[in-house]
Amino acid sequence: MSALELIVSGDARLFAIVGLSLIVTLSATFFAAVIGMPLGALIALTRFPGRNALIVILNGCMGLPPVVVGLGVFLLLSRSGPLGELGILFTPQAMIIAQAVLIGPIIAALTRQVIEDLWAEYRDELVAMDLSRTSRVATLLWDARFSLMTILLAGFGRAAAEVGAVMIVGGNIDGFTRVMTTTIALETSKGNLALAIGLGLVLISIILLINAMAWAVRGWAERHAG
Amino acid sequence: MRDRPTSLPIRFDAVTYSAGTTAILREVSLSIGAGPPTVLMGPNGSGKTTLLKMAMGLLTPVSGRVDYADQKDQARRHAFVFQKPVMLRRTAARNIAFALKAAGRANDPAVIARLLESVGLGALADRPARRLSGGEQQRLALARALARDPEVLFLDEPTASLDPAATKGVEDIIARTAQAGVKIVMATHDLGQARRLAGEIVFLANGRLLEQMPASTFFTNPATTEARRFLAGELVI
Repeated sequence: MSALELIVSGDARLFAIVGLSLIVTLSATFFAAVIGMPLGALIALTRFPGRNALIVILNGCMGLPPVVVGLGVFLLLSRSGPLGELGILFTPQAMIIAQAVLIGPIIAALTRQVIEDLWAEYRDELVAMDLSRTSRVATLLWDARFSLMTILLAGFGRAAAEVGAVMIVGGNIDGFTRVMTTTIALETSKGNLALAIGLGLVLISIILLINAMAWAVRGWAERHAG
Repeated sequence: MRDRPTSLPIRFDAVTYSAGTTAILREVSLSIGAGPPTVLMGPNGSGKTTLLKMAMGLLTPVSGRVDYADQKDQARRHAFVFQKPVMLRRTAARNIAFALKAAGRANDPAVIARLLESVGLGALADRPARRLSGGEQQRLALARALARDPEVLFLDEPTASLDPAATKGVEDIIARTAQAGVKIVMATHDLGQARRLAGEIVFLANGRLLEQMPASTFFTNPATTEARRFLAGELVI
């Protein structure tokens, strides 16, 4: 069966893998955003000793190798690791954690830069309005929402395309932790190119579709809110 | 007459401010009291904007002090319109709503509509603020400042980049606001504008206060050579 036939016929195995991939990646993006965006905003608006070093480390972590992240999360979640009692190694939850750790620094570092630039523009106005620190952060995050959406897409894209970390902590277990990227790697090595190409096409289509939707939403919102 | 505590007069006592090694204000002492608009004049770099920001509490003196008649909660009683106001990424009406909320006032649609009407933007309530023209943005910034129901309104060259029609629109709002009892403290280097609006002139050059007097006296009989040269259109460096 060709790659296109698999897609058009709605092959159950293929779409189960796609479904799990979306759940893992969207969950990881959500958790990374919930932690990374406020953290980035906080670093942007706060002055403290060691801030510059923290920014350098955070920026450096944007290039974390996925296999190293996978190894770190593996050690953390393995039976003898500090979080071994959770018993979630080789489960989708472990894959979500690994992807969140991978893209969290990307979201935090880029958010820090966007908010810091916006703060330079808004500082006098918001201080003159006598806004509290919390209100300032909320205002900056809201007014930077279009840039933050692009950051989320960057994080989602990185997580969706990642293979090394989820392979290590998920184990690529058929029907349980097998996602698009790990399946593509496995099926290619087995010579089952139809499924590998089919999944590759679906993966690229999903990323393009989500980016197109985000672009459309951004365009509409900019026309209506400025 | 307002029945709440007043922050006026605002007193500057030997205030000095510098950025790095560059002195911006040098031992400025003055008092800004209630009454007709006080207009700060002087060449570029004379310290007008710094003095305004310091009166608003946005900058802290390196030495000297700024005092208000009633210190408590004075920031809530003041509003500031910048030369290039920042338009928040939302509609004109929501910009006003934001300012009302920041000032702790009720987010009343009727108040928002009245404020927008007062600056001639009633028909543009739903337009994204960043898509307004320069003059419209400046008028929206004024409405946003007035949403705070301020006792003192600081204006930093509010018409610097506007054409004559837009300038007149802004000046009319300022004049109406002053007549309504709001103390206007404004920086400008536009002599015509100062003649039209000022009740009192504060003249600065090189970070020093050279004159503070009624506008009619300043324009007819300035006390210093620098002010005479400035009024004559000569370069005061």
